[in-house]
Amino acid sequence: MSYDEERLGELLRKLPPAPEGWVRAAQELPTARAALDDLVARAEADAELRRRILTDLEAALAAEGVEPSSALLADLRTRLAE
Amino acid sequence: MVPDEHLVERCLAQDDDAWNELVARYSRYVLAICTQGYRLQGADAEDAFQDVFLRVYDRLGSLRDPAALRPWIGQLTRRVCLDRLAAGKREEPTDLEPEGIDATIEELDDAFAVREALNELPDECQEVLDRFFCRDESYRMIGEELGIPSGTIASRISRCLARLRERFADG
Repeated sequence: MSYDEERLGELLRKLPPAPEGWVRAAQELPTARAALDDLVARAEADAELRRRILTDLEAALAAEGVEPSSALLADLRTRLAE
Repeated sequence: MVPDEHLVERCLAQDDDAWNELVARYSRYVLAICTQGYRLQGADAEDAFQDVFLRVYDRLGSLRDPAALRPWIGQLTRRVCLDRLAAGKREEPTDLEPEGIDATIEELDDAFAVREALNELPDECQEVLDRFFCRDESYRMIGEELGIPSGTIASRISRCLARLRERFADG
């Protein structure tokens, strides 16, 4: 495939950087996932903790040092509902 | 640059550096599909972006051909965007595909290939082309940031674009 310089510039413009915070949050997923797994395991063994987490999911994640994105909140909600 | 199949292998071995690299490599592509392909904006775009990478992280082990990481992430992103558009609506997600979406994705695939070629160029070319085309910075701003006279920016961009064209044609 071959493009002239103008077309290359046009294609480069198609991919601006994602906001740094978004990228960082995605890169921290392994850590967030580990914290989530630990939280769910503790909630399964402690009904009161499970109730408190379900009352305020964001606070529960924040307390574990996890940035509470909507995807992680939905995931936590689903796993606690199972 | 590490090939995608090696990157996937390392991610599956719980190598955090590989995951960081995967996110960095695909973040622009995922964002572009969300915003240019499906016109998601603001919080919707951010939620979709995070959801895509969560799904990638959770499902990477199910990817049959690790060399097909880009089309796989592209499909996952499309699915996530459609689900988001469908939320709260009665339409089936497939009815919500924007007009011309396949052409847009094709264009973004080409853009991704050019980006990959850019990553093979020397740092000074990556920097100046990224700042000018992707970050929309002026000659003056680029000159100040890189500590070079703004009068030389145009010629550097031109020289680096020529190298990119050679690199892309070779690749």
